[in-house]
Amino acid sequence: MEHKEIFDHLTALFPETGLEFDEDVPCIVVPPAAIRDVSLQVRDDEMLQFDFLMCLSGVDNADGTLGVVYHLHSVPLGHKLTLKVIVPADNPHLQSVERVWRTADWHEREAYDLVGMVFDGHRDLRRILNPYDWEGHPLRKDYEVPEFYNGMKVPY
Amino acid sequence: MGLLDKQFDDGNIVLTSVEGVLNWARLCSLWQMSFGLACCAIEMMAASASHNDIMRFGVLPRPSPRQCDVMIVAGTVTLKMATRVKRLYEQMAEPRYVVSMGSCSNCGGPYWEHGYHVLKGVDRVVPVDVYVPGCPPRPEALLEGWMRLQEKVRDFSLVKKNNGTA
Repeated sequence: MEHKEIFDHLTALFPETGLEFDEDVPCIVVPPAAIRDVSLQVRDDEMLQFDFLMCLSGVDNADGTLGVVYHLHSVPLGHKLTLKVIVPADNPHLQSVERVWRTADWHEREAYDLVGMVFDGHRDLRRILNPYDWEGHPLRKDYEVPEFYNGMKVPY
Repeated sequence: MGLLDKQFDDGNIVLTSVEGVLNWARLCSLWQMSFGLACCAIEMMAASASHNDIMRFGVLPRPSPRQCDVMIVAGTVTLKMATRVKRLYEQMAEPRYVVSMGSCSNCGGPYWEHGYHVLKGVDRVVPVDVYVPGCPPRPEALLEGWMRLQEKVRDFSLVKKNNGTA
C-alpha cells in the first residue's frame, strides 16, 4: 500500500486522533500521545503488518520542536511507511514504542541520550552512548560543549 | 655502553654493568597491554602479525595491566574511556610506559574541534613517553616508536635522577 492509502485507512480507524499527512516527504504525522496505539495498529493490522522497525531517529528541528521519525517495513507485504512525531522542546514527552517493537529499546535510548526527548513507558530509559553522569543532550542545536568533564578539559 | 664491548675470547665471560644488563633484559621483554580503541588498533594488530612481527622485540600482549610494562593507547580516547584508561594506567606496576599511537590519542585528531566527547590528547590523563604520529600510523611507524621507547629504557638508571621514566 502507498502512504496515502495507509493514511486513509488509519484515519478511518482513528478519526478523533488528529493524524496528518505530509505530502512533501510522504509520511504520517502522529500526535505524541497516540503513537503507541497507532504503532500497535500498523503492526497488527492484517492489511499493514509492519513487523519491522528499520530505524527510529531523533531530530532537533531548530524551531523549538523536536521530532522522532519511525521508518517501518513490512516483511510479509513488502511495503514501507514513515511515521513522524513532533514534540515541543521544553516538554519533550511522547509515548514509547519499546513494547511494540523490541528494536525501539536501544533506538529510543539513543534518541533520549543525544537529542533528549523522553519516551514515557520505556522500561529502561537510560543513556546508552554518553556516560551516565553526562549533562545535556549533545545533538541539540543549542548544545554548548562543556569546559570540563570530571576534571578533564574538553576543548582543544 | 654496549653489552658486548668487553668480550673475552675464552671462558664465556662478558663484562658489563648491572644497570646495563638489567636494562637490556627489560628493553627486550617489554610486555604490552592488549587493548585497542579505534582504527589504530588494526595497525597495531598488523604490527603484531607475521609481516612486521613486533614479537621479535620481546613484546608479549598481556590481558591484565598488572603484568604489563607498556600501554599502547591505539585510537580515539573518548571522555568515557579516558577514566578507564587512567584506571588501567594506575593498575600497572612501575616502571611503566605509555605509547600514544595516532593523531587521536596525540591531540584529538580529526575530532579536535567538534568532538564534544573526545579527549584532546591522552597526555591530559596519563604521562606519555612516546608519541607516534599518523592517522593511523603504519606498523613501521609503531615499530619506530617502539625502538625509541627501547632507547629510553636503555638509558634508565636506578641511581641517577631524572632518567626519564614516568
